Amino acid sequence: MATIKPILYFLVYPGLMFLFVYSTFVEWVDRKLYARMQNRIGPLHTGRSGILQPVADILKLLGKEDIVPEKADKFMFSALPVIALTAVCTAALYLPVWHYDVARITYNSFPGDLIVLAFLLTLPTIIYFLAGWHSTNFFSTIGGVRVLTMLFGYEVPLYLAILSPAVLADSWRLAEIQKFYSQHPLLILPNLIGFAVAVVALQAKLERVPFDIPHAETELVGGTLTEYSGKKLAFFRLMADIEMVVGSGFLAAVFLGGFTGGLWIGFVKFIILTLFIVFILATIRTVCSRIRIDQMVVFSWRYLAPLAVLQLLIAIILKGSMKV
Amino acid sequence: MEFTVPIGPQHPALKEPISLRMTLEGEVIKGVDIKLGYNHRGMEKLAEDRSYIQNLYLTERICGICSFSHTTCFAQGVETLMEIEPARRGLFIRTLVCELERVHSHLLWLGVAGHEAGFDTFFMYTWRDREIVMDLLEMISGNRVHYAMNTFGGVRRDIDELQRKKIADSLDTLTKRTEYYLKIGSSEPTFVARLAGVGPLPKQMALDLCAVGPTLRASGVPSDIRRDDPYGIYAEIPFEVCTSDLCDVLGRVVVRINEVLQSYKIIDWLVKNLPDGPVKVKAPRKVKPNEAVSRYEAPRGENIHYIKSNGSDKPERLKVRAPTLANYPATVEMLKGQFIADIPLVFAAIDPCICCAERMVELRDQGSEQTRIVSFADLRRLAAQYYSVDRLQHKEVEWPL
Repeated sequence: MATIKPILYFLVYPGLMFLFVYSTFVEWVDRKLYARMQNRIGPLHTGRSGILQPVADILKLLGKEDIVPEKADKFMFSALPVIALTAVCTAALYLPVWHYDVARITYNSFPGDLIVLAFLLTLPTIIYFLAGWHSTNFFSTIGGVRVLTMLFGYEVPLYLAILSPAVLADSWRLAEIQKFYSQHPLLILPNLIGFAVAVVALQAKLERVPFDIPHAETELVGGTLTEYSGKKLAFFRLMADIEMVVGSGFLAAVFLGGFTGGLWIGFVKFIILTLFIVFILATIRTVCSRIRIDQMVVFSWRYLAPLAVLQLLIAIILKGSMKV
Repeated sequence: MEFTVPIGPQHPALKEPISLRMTLEGEVIKGVDIKLGYNHRGMEKLAEDRSYIQNLYLTERICGICSFSHTTCFAQGVETLMEIEPARRGLFIRTLVCELERVHSHLLWLGVAGHEAGFDTFFMYTWRDREIVMDLLEMISGNRVHYAMNTFGGVRRDIDELQRKKIADSLDTLTKRTEYYLKIGSSEPTFVARLAGVGPLPKQMALDLCAVGPTLRASGVPSDIRRDDPYGIYAEIPFEVCTSDLCDVLGRVVVRINEVLQSYKIIDWLVKNLPDGPVKVKAPRKVKPNEAVSRYEAPRGENIHYIKSNGSDKPERLKVRAPTLANYPATVEMLKGQFIADIPLVFAAIDPCICCAERMVELRDQGSEQTRIVSFADLRRLAAQYYSVDRLQHKEVEWPL
């Protein structure tokens, strides 16, 4: 078991197989929710209620012609989709889904893995910028610059927000944080402001409405990914899906008590909590209109960042009063 | 650093081909150059070798959204030339279709505006309700887009009691929904933040640049051909001219939604006061030599047709001035000083119908900018030369165009 477990961990759960299947399922849920809330039906034909539509989309993209622009940097242009997918899949390994043994420190569960996971989730953003920059297309370049501008807006509030549950739990290790909150479920409540900030920041990180500014279709055609087609675009699409799963799993582990209780109960908890966060994300996407890049940055620094600081203060004061 | 960006001729924000060349400084627009001529169809020339009744169906195809406004405008002009008075019931039905068309055009525009602002939910909802109007139009005329209702002296089809009831019933649903959109459009925070203050067009500038339609009314000028120069039976119909003092894209949204609400009232009045009688009178085939100008308030603004007759059954000249053309100069001014992100919104806010506005193509040498007139045979020869195999092999693809 000791040798099989890491292999299962990498390949089956929460490794590649689970990520692929579950991320396409989550995309279907998101599309279906978005469609139903807009009075549409959504995907319908591939599989039962169109459940296989995201898989079909990716398979079809894989078979499409793959074009690299003449003026683009060939190596970077081709390497970036792979690096992006690798980064988010690696990030998934740090989700505390299968290692509850808090006493043992392993390669994917150690004090500070909170920051590693957050860092790995930042990589796709940087890769989006590089992809836009190396495409040399005007629309891609502008999109890439907007990606970075947005990063300066939402990244600080997100980091501040995920820090406060860690401060309250007195640990920067995800397994310990989720253990702490499953033992003290009432302490989830003081972190709700931080949860709200983190969900909005995650929405921005995933570049969804109202923060789909870098690839605003009516302004920038395809934004950063204008020049991408075929397999490379499929990789980016899959990456975005997996990023949504990992991002919502991350927030669930930090804010909502995580996935404790053994393999199967943990698995069920993981599905329920991530779908709950995806539901919130889909609702935000439905009720908002896209805002302008300057409005986004102003919004982040005027509302999100102060709220995150307030959350941190609450956590610190609560921590002090608990010791007394 | 200034640089030029081509928006179009092909771009997701544009539903039809037009080229907008933006001179940018960072994200701010410094200058705009509009280039037309990608969608020229030679409608005016075609009109000269068709009889009047055939031209009704040709003018219908000038636009795919406000098709009825062009036929009505043309029919009114020809009726003046023929010196006939259209049947009164026919005029009522004609006006009814006009107003239904205005409703469907404005609801379509609302959806497009929502989509351009990245508010797809709004888009889906307004287009769902537009279907109600489309169904009504199909019920009345048998067609969803090109109604083919007009004829000289009235309309071709009558409406019965059941249809009147159906129209009145649908109006209740539509009014309720449209009031909801007015609330959303003027209070949803992200949507308002995106529209308010964008594409400013002060009152005086709008007048100086001869803007028309909702664009002009959103700058606080109460100008409406239906009231200023009433045609048909508009002089009898009670309605208000909707204006807004906001002078921006938000104002144009509000004006259009209010106009839709006014249209519901007009439709209601028309259905209630529909007179009895024939729907058309007999019209002559040939027309005495004369000329006429016909004005019409299309959903996008003032539509003008000039018709010259020469005694035969074909017009000597037909000139169409679509409202979009009148709004181009104002668009250039509205775009200056805006962000890249606002281009689709500002441009969409005039509700451009590009193919309606294309009346000519100019051949221009790329270097010397000299124009010349060529015959059709020469034009074909030039095209064959340009696309010869030899040239295609050696030509390096130039982008942007």
